[in-house]
Amino acid sequence: MIEFTFWDILRNLIFASRWTVLLSAVAFAGGAAVGLAILAARISERRSLRRFGSGYIALFQGTPLLMQLFLMFFGLPMLGFRIEPWTAAALGLTFYASAYLAEIWRGGVEALPRGQWDAGASLGLHRLQELRLVILPQAFAITRPAAVGFLVQLIKSTALTSIIGFEELLRTANAINNATFEPFTVYGLVAVIFFLLCYPLTQYSRMLERKTAAH
Amino acid sequence: MGYGLSFGWLKDAAGAIAHGAAMTVFLIACTTVLGILISILFAAARRSRYGVLRKAVAVYVEVIRNTPFLVQLFFIFFGLPSLGIRLDPIVAAILAMTLNMAAYTTEIVGAGLDAVPKGQSEAAFALGLKPRQVFVKIILPQALKVIFPALTSQVIIMMLESAVVSQIAVRELAHEADLLQARTFRSFETYFVVTLIYLGLSMAVRRLFVAGGRRVLGAGVS
Repeated sequence: MIEFTFWDILRNLIFASRWTVLLSAVAFAGGAAVGLAILAARISERRSLRRFGSGYIALFQGTPLLMQLFLMFFGLPMLGFRIEPWTAAALGLTFYASAYLAEIWRGGVEALPRGQWDAGASLGLHRLQELRLVILPQAFAITRPAAVGFLVQLIKSTALTSIIGFEELLRTANAINNATFEPFTVYGLVAVIFFLLCYPLTQYSRMLERKTAAH
Repeated sequence: MGYGLSFGWLKDAAGAIAHGAAMTVFLIACTTVLGILISILFAAARRSRYGVLRKAVAVYVEVIRNTPFLVQLFFIFFGLPSLGIRLDPIVAAILAMTLNMAAYTTEIVGAGLDAVPKGQSEAAFALGLKPRQVFVKIILPQALKVIFPALTSQVIIMMLESAVVSQIAVRELAHEADLLQARTFRSFETYFVVTLIYLGLSMAVRRLFVAGGRRVLGAGVS
């Protein structure tokens, strides 16, 4: 049996948390890209697309993330993809994030006065240009606090990928705990690391919120 | 590919799934009641005269909100026994869920309390009500009415998050799914069915809260 000192535990956990950070970044970027497409569907002029967008959002916001991850993990191989925990985790969290980001941005789009669309149209912009040049920049700006807040939620959600076997912070902690039988220290440290990742973002989100409120 | 979906196992599994769903509903019911009671206390403490109390609640809220629920659950279930506190899985699950939810609802309840105009309590005091009566009979009902939609969403979020308590072997819906798929080897179908049940549960809970809120509080809920 290997002896673990406190510093060994801490070093291993900090080392493992890079996967947590990487997964969060990938899921946030992927979620933003997919979320943009869902947003476009959600606010489209075609009713069937709007239906699809709101159904997509309701589905991902109305079911547990853990079940979504399991469905990815067991469903993708049926479609013929070779599946690894990393792919299932990244894809699952991407779809999850896309639904939430689309809903956040939709709130921003709907908060804009109707005149913004009209002004865009009167300048001779077509719908896509209106979105790209007039509507979305403003919608992103006013929803930035909420988007950062969601990033915190996403970072915390990466802990669930330990259950489908992705070697991030919590899964490493489980392994260390099995070797050392020091759950209090190990899970306490995991909580501290997550806190250090999330708290600055929470504060940043609050700062942004105060700024937008002040305008 | 040669893989066909099959739902033949569902007939025999219905009992286990229903049992699991009942457990999930039980967990979230306990959590909702306890969590809201605690958050009313904490929201009041956050506005009390005692600086220590205000600070303590603020720290609690920040710690819970900035760490994953799963880590909190593991800390309570695996970590606390080394301090001599050994909990049954169901008790640990309810404790973790309550502590988690209360951190979010403390803020919500607090916002509701702040939204009640000061004139309301002044008027109640002028009528000769005692401080506790003013809080329970005048302030709280109005605050709850304002925050009811936010509270409903939080309850549903917590119910969905409660799927992870399957990891400490509480036999709720997600855990029944784990057991079933290990027996039937129909992993995708099992999780698919259970996911739909969660979807149905979250819609049912929303309906229930909207109807209940309208009846009890007269809240015009979304």
